[in-house]
Amino acid sequence: MSTARAVQAPAVVVSRSAVDRVAEVWSRLAAVDDPELDESVTELGFVTAVEVDGGSVSIGFRLPTYWCAANFAYLMADDMRQVIAALPWVTDITITLDEHMYAAEINRGVAAGRSFQQTFGNEANGEVEDVRRIFLVKAFQRRQEALLSWLLAQGNEPAMLVRLNMAQLSALASTSTDDDGKTQRLVARYRERRFVVGRCIDEAEQTDEPAFIDTEGAPLNPDGLGAYLRALRRVGVNAEFNGALCRGLLAARYGESCTPASAVEIKPVHFVRTGGSKPGGTFAPPRETRGAAE
Amino acid sequence: MYRTTDGEEIFVIDGHVHLWDGSKANLKNVHGQQFIDCFYAYHSNLSPKEYLWPKEKFDKYGEEAMYNDLFVTGYDDMAICQPTYLTDFYKNGFNTTEANYVLKQKFPHRFIVNGAFDPRDGEAGLDRLEELASLYKIQGVKLYTAEWRGDSKGYKLSDPGVQRYFERCEKLGIKNIHVHKGPTILPLNRDAFDVADVDDAATSFQNLNFIVEHCGLPRLDDFCWIATQETNVYGGLAVVLPFIHTRPEYFAHVISELLFWIGEDKILYGSDYGIWSPKWLIEKFMAFELPESVSKETGVQLSLTAKKKILGLNAARLYGIDIEAQKALLEDVRQPAAVGA
Repeated sequence: MSTARAVQAPAVVVSRSAVDRVAEVWSRLAAVDDPELDESVTELGFVTAVEVDGGSVSIGFRLPTYWCAANFAYLMADDMRQVIAALPWVTDITITLDEHMYAAEINRGVAAGRSFQQTFGNEANGEVEDVRRIFLVKAFQRRQEALLSWLLAQGNEPAMLVRLNMAQLSALASTSTDDDGKTQRLVARYRERRFVVGRCIDEAEQTDEPAFIDTEGAPLNPDGLGAYLRALRRVGVNAEFNGALCRGLLAARYGESCTPASAVEIKPVHFVRTGGSKPGGTFAPPRETRGAAE
Repeated sequence: MYRTTDGEEIFVIDGHVHLWDGSKANLKNVHGQQFIDCFYAYHSNLSPKEYLWPKEKFDKYGEEAMYNDLFVTGYDDMAICQPTYLTDFYKNGFNTTEANYVLKQKFPHRFIVNGAFDPRDGEAGLDRLEELASLYKIQGVKLYTAEWRGDSKGYKLSDPGVQRYFERCEKLGIKNIHVHKGPTILPLNRDAFDVADVDDAATSFQNLNFIVEHCGLPRLDDFCWIATQETNVYGGLAVVLPFIHTRPEYFAHVISELLFWIGEDKILYGSDYGIWSPKWLIEKFMAFELPESVSKETGVQLSLTAKKKILGLNAARLYGIDIEAQKALLEDVRQPAAVGA
């Protein structure tokens, strides 16, 4: 008996470790966003499988249509490869995109660690960093609008908000009393994209930087804040609309059950104020202010 | 014709319909299969259950079903056929001006048939455009910038050579340029859906109208911006409108953004038939009211006047349709569908 136990024990340890590793991979993948939708690839239901065998990791992923833009598909695959490669125990990674017009090229390119340009040869005339940048800026705008609109709805004064620095914003979040931690979440999401714009600065010094600036790095004007947010709102509405479309197309392609049950419920109507939010923060800019964000 | 509960008649011009053949017999390759499958995913994702079609019907529904769905059970009075050739994917093309014109000959008062051009066809394409203009008297073209052609995976309106086509359109009296931005425009490293090239074209050709189908989706935010700056840029509601059923809150957001930024005079209804059917789209659109919270915040209304413009008056203006005269014509020919010849 005791001999049998001794033999079995390592097997149990190995399998538990494999389970842990699979969980670790999923958790890392959750931090990879679809650049266009600004949502996690796991929450979107794009990742279909994670397998771990020792140090080898295999990841399966899919997209809502055969035609989804190749650059975003490549960026997601490459970002997944990078976050998994950073795990100390990983020795090799296979990422398999399925049923996509450029599946073969992307799978081969990512496996060989080739750049985007090398992967696509004549069909690209440079790297994808410009397009990545465009969508990082959009993510910044969307997250800033969601946060500012929420803070205003909570009754905060525009003049106070535009003067906050990053440390003060964190302090505001940690002392907020909203019941489900929404302020904290919105601030955390915003902080992840805040330094896409403005001065390039060491992380240690970021706390002194102004919390709210526009994409050009300029401070916000408290008097024009309503019109400014109205202009930004287009970006969020568009991303959420696309997110809904992509989820729907994925479900139509692979079946309703394909979207993860644990997915965060997306609340599209953040400017349709439902009961419960405090009055006083609603901006209704007059129509003639529509050009204010130029 | 849609009749309100007060008895008011609303003349409906459907700005975006297709007569396609996505059947197995017409397929050239896997891309053709994936193309019609993708359309079917849009159909099944956004249609009400009672309006879902079996895939066989969807692949090739034919003239009779189309006439019936648009004008007999549906509320359309007229419809604009927007061709999508896709000759690299389908043996006889997917949805051609030629096939659309057969339909128009049977029902001349119901259909407006648009042509298409592809700037990659060079000089021969210009001749072909002349031919389309003389054969079919087209007033508009549909451009599908993502169409594959040999090694090319698409083009931009700012590409060299496109200008000559717009100049020829002006000369031939083709004044409505419907643009569908699709994915996979080369080079692949750039944003495949970028609408900035529409902006350039609209600025250079002030006498042409640019109707951006699907309101630039998935770049609706960028589209709103260029459309506010150009007086000759319009938004086609195909793909946006069906959200009214599955996700009315998104539809409320998007239509209010469109009303705010581009205004009710520049939005055109389109069903995108056979992806969706006019009957349910229009019933839901007429019944739809912007939530008070949205209209209060944006300061816009989706009034009955706005709905009438979107459903027909705006398209009538672009295509020179005298609605009263057209009503009288259709009254004369109104009869059960005698299709199938």
